[in-house]
Amino acid sequence: MSTPMVRAEGVRKHFGRLEVLQGIDLTVERGQVCCLLGPSGSGKSTFLRCINHLEKVDGGKLTVDGELVGYRQHGDRLHELREREVADRRRDIGMVFQRFNLFPHMTAVENVMEAPVKVAGVSRAEAREQAHALLEQVGLGDRAGHYPAQLSGGQQQRVAIARALAMKPKLMLFDEPTSALDPELVGDVLDVMRQLAADGMTMVVVTHEIGFAREVGDTAVFMDEGVVVEAGDPRRVLVDPEQERTRAFLSKVL
Amino acid sequence: MIDTKSPSATTTRAQELEVVPVRNYGRWVAAIASLMALVGLVGSLAKNDNLRWDIVGDYLFADLIFDGLATTLWLTAAAMLLGLGLGTLIAVMRLSSSPVLYGLANAFVWVFRGTPLLVQIIFWGYAAALYKYVKIGVPFTDITFFQAETNALLTPAIAALLALGLNEAAYASEIVRAGIQSVDPGQAEAAHSLGMRPALTMRRIVLPQAMRVIIPPMGNETINMLKMTALVSVISAHDLMSNIQDVYAQNYQVIPMLVVASIWYLALVTLLGVPQAWLERHYGRGTTRAGHVSPFRRLLGGTVERLGKNSKEQSR
Ligand SMILES: Nc1ncnc2c1ncn2[C@@H]1O[C@H](COP(=O)(O)OP(=O)(O)OP(=O)(O)O)[C@@H](O)[C@H]1O
Ligand SMILES: [Mg+2]
Repeated sequence: MSTPMVRAEGVRKHFGRLEVLQGIDLTVERGQVCCLLGPSGSGKSTFLRCINHLEKVDGGKLTVDGELVGYRQHGDRLHELREREVADRRRDIGMVFQRFNLFPHMTAVENVMEAPVKVAGVSRAEAREQAHALLEQVGLGDRAGHYPAQLSGGQQQRVAIARALAMKPKLMLFDEPTSALDPELVGDVLDVMRQLAADGMTMVVVTHEIGFAREVGDTAVFMDEGVVVEAGDPRRVLVDPEQERTRAFLSKVL
Repeated sequence: MIDTKSPSATTTRAQELEVVPVRNYGRWVAAIASLMALVGLVGSLAKNDNLRWDIVGDYLFADLIFDGLATTLWLTAAAMLLGLGLGTLIAVMRLSSSPVLYGLANAFVWVFRGTPLLVQIIFWGYAAALYKYVKIGVPFTDITFFQAETNALLTPAIAALLALGLNEAAYASEIVRAGIQSVDPGQAEAAHSLGMRPALTMRRIVLPQAMRVIIPPMGNETINMLKMTALVSVISAHDLMSNIQDVYAQNYQVIPMLVVASIWYLALVTLLGVPQAWLERHYGRGTTRAGHVSPFRRLLGGTVERLGKNSKEQSR
């Protein structure tokens, strides 16, 4: 069996005295879509941010594509990564945020071109061509010259997805990508994500869209108070959960 | 939008109605009264023989004045560049997680903001009295890479530049820091998640956005700097003010010479508004902002036109 894309064993994280993650165990295989669900404050975002080292893990073991997050193994020693080594590893992991975080001083196409040109060293002409193709792919070919402020929330989020895809990541992280959107705009973003999953992208998605998780997810993970309460096939976990806490949560969001 | 092709009862009526803008009688009265006061003041100045407009005219375009202007201009530009560059560095140091960098930056701001600029200028002017030689080497050893006499290095112009630039850095660092902190942390996170390193993130993502907040106060700082260069006349750095003082020390025409200086300072400050407006527009791109209304329209009461403009923008 090949190495899983993400593997967490007893991952812990605390902010001051607050234990936000209390030993998370979770595996995401290549090409799989893993949906994280759970009540507010359960640590979903924190765990997602640990995967690309936006937060530092305090305990346990977290690997992405076989490499320990935040460390480089040298013989039987672990060396903590320098900031630029951390940055280099993040190139392969795309992230999409709840509030889009597009760069407001750049047009849509410039947002998508920025990292390929400045980080990967792709020529501007090539990056522009690729950016236009990606914007086309998310259904925004005609909005390339618009600034984020001139786009709707759903359009901004699709540009953000294109921006993350521009670095040709092997893993995509989504933190509630549709939570800040008006209901009629949610569908467009989910369609793009659905297509991405169909193309074989490995994805970890924090979401409250139960329908999406059931339809697209290969695994659903229900978290509460920093632990994984229940994980498995979404068509079981989200339809007929074993745990009482999962059942209570589902009855609230459905 | 009003559909003109299918005139219903309401639209025809709306077209027939005349729109009467708000008339601001109070504003007109105040404007006329203050204009009359201004004309009176200018008239009395123009007719005042003690002002010696002939002397003002003689010196306004004198070579000596242009020499001083050139010094004032490069001193302003160089001091602002030094201030902004060093200020940005100090701002980043103050936001860093290293306690040593943070402490050093704080100490710098504490000293240079906490002592009068005049004192700093005189200090740099007379620094040769403190250190006769400037040496760069390994401390507490005899190893020296570079050595020179302080007086040769620290000419009045260099002393003036150091004094103004270092002082400006202390203020600029506060402005830049506020600008950096005004940028949503999500921006840096998004950049990091794309694999951008901290320095690149700062240069490409954070600072360009911080500029929107930084430029207006830095414009003020530049205007201030232009005028503060006059202080370096105390170490006779041959700026505009030094040269003006040299002249009136000989011909005792203090007031006319000060008028010459004021005219030039005013002209330069006015010119500075042009690059500032350009920079504000450049770094404001991507933000939607309200349409600009000319001051004359504002006086006439331009509310109706402003409304018209807004509805046009919305219908787009
Ligand atoms: N930088 C931080 N400093 C201190 N506490 C934090 C920080 N980030 C998150 N927390 C705390 O950690 C806990 C978990 O936060 P997290 O954002 O991971 O929750 P979540 O499951 O994503 O919730 P939501 O559904 O509301 O997004 C919360 O109690 C939050 O207040
Ligand atoms: Mg969250």
